[in-house]
Amino acid sequence: MNNKGKSYYLIPYYLWIALFVVAPVLLIIYYSLFDLDGHLTLDNYVNFFTPVYLKMTLNSFWYAFLITVFSLLIAYPAAYLLTRTKHKQLWLLLIILPTWINLLLKTYAFIGIFGTFGPVNTFLDVLGIGEQQILFTGFSFVFVSVYIFIPFMILPIYSALEELNLSLLDAARDLGASSWTTFRRVIFPLTISGVRSGCMAVFIPALSLFMITRLIAGSRVITLGTAIEQHFLVTQDWGMGSTVAVFLIAIMALFMILWGGSRKEVRHEK
Amino acid sequence: MRNNNRFSNVYLVLVFAVLYAPIFYLMYYSFNSGGTMHGFEGFTLDYYREVIHDTRLMIIVINTLVIALLSSAIATIIAIVGALAIQRIRDRRAKNALLSLNNVLIVSPDVIIGASFLILFTIVGIKLGFTSVLLSHVAFSVPIAVLMILPHLQDMSPTLTDAARDLGASRRDVLTKVILPIIKPGIFSGFFMALTYSLDDFAVTFFVTGNGYSTLSVEIYSRARQGVSLSINALSTMIFLFTIMLVVGYYFLNRRKARPNVAEPVADLGVPR
Repeated sequence: MNNKGKSYYLIPYYLWIALFVVAPVLLIIYYSLFDLDGHLTLDNYVNFFTPVYLKMTLNSFWYAFLITVFSLLIAYPAAYLLTRTKHKQLWLLLIILPTWINLLLKTYAFIGIFGTFGPVNTFLDVLGIGEQQILFTGFSFVFVSVYIFIPFMILPIYSALEELNLSLLDAARDLGASSWTTFRRVIFPLTISGVRSGCMAVFIPALSLFMITRLIAGSRVITLGTAIEQHFLVTQDWGMGSTVAVFLIAIMALFMILWGGSRKEVRHEK
Repeated sequence: MRNNNRFSNVYLVLVFAVLYAPIFYLMYYSFNSGGTMHGFEGFTLDYYREVIHDTRLMIIVINTLVIALLSSAIATIIAIVGALAIQRIRDRRAKNALLSLNNVLIVSPDVIIGASFLILFTIVGIKLGFTSVLLSHVAFSVPIAVLMILPHLQDMSPTLTDAARDLGASRRDVLTKVILPIIKPGIFSGFFMALTYSLDDFAVTFFVTGNGYSTLSVEIYSRARQGVSLSINALSTMIFLFTIMLVVGYYFLNRRKARPNVAEPVADLGVPR
């Protein structure tokens, strides 16, 4: 079959890849080599290794890690219990529905809920703890992010749990395993792929959030995402912004490679 | 066992309550005549009136819809071509490479997509505004639509196209009369997915909108940064109701089509950003 001369219709797609996938990455790398005055320099990279940026990177990772762990801790039992309900599809739809509401609106709601006169503070007042400053803290940032990401953690774990062969659980029970042992040795290992994709779906966006930090955490939490936004749109230092982006891309690529490798292993085990 | 069951129900109810509380909180206070998101004073529809009479806001809503519909349509067309391109490749390594390139924009953080597109448009000389927003929405919607279409293409039996060709169909006929009808469900879910991504996007749009052009997310962001304004609440209530209608409609449409395959709506909706 000689298709070579006739495949002009494939051009738009390859053009898309060239223009919007390959070129942007190259441009980011290219721009990271220039300083504010447009001189070719490696200063940005030197700058990145100063305590300010290193601390910010660590901070960013720490928060992303916290967000991922809390989402997992809440989402796993929820996903598990969901597989046990009647009308699964309906409940699942109800989990998905909030993800369709604009993220900014949900974040905005927390300005009211966590505010000085909001319900949470009223509640704390009644308990006798008294009013607390909840907005503009690391806590509120983690809370709101976990809130936003929970559905994205539940869904992959739910699908992994759905694929689980139930007779394995019976077998484990017949062999005398307690429910905890069954969970630890049978259920969790078999659903690890769902956990992995869930963590992936939470961790990477959590590294680059900037609107939640701006609206909820004030300037108390600065992540790599906020730094990039700041450099590009406020200080107009595209060089430094690109450098931060290059590091974020590199770190991400590293994660993907580690992840991809282990995912293949899982497939082989099956 | 009984106790266990009750505990699990409580847990699920709690998760649902937390998921929906902020949304209903917003809706509740959209009727507060007190003008704040605490201390409900009295019922009023003023903020809804304000939203409807806000011409600037209505223009922004229209902008958002135009961008979403247009970008999804263009992205879906490019994605059909892309899925065909990926499907055609026989060499497995090349195929995987192309698939990885396809997925780069799905796994990239929004901030990086936004920043890199900003550089791209500035270099090429495209003025920030409608064109830049449209192009970037097309760009980030393509890979999602490809992933929605590709499985349908892979499920298609290759003997069908062979048969069509044996019966004398031209390449064009094979495409329009055999392939496209078969992958139609994938095309629709691709378009729909692109639509929701476009409507929901903030980070990328925020980078590539210039002065004077705005979409709903960007507008909400700038209003929310100035503090609480109940017109945002009213707007969000309207958006919420609209979304529910859209989702429920889509859900039932999909259910009727794909009855035996119960898991499908989940697979279609569950692509995280």
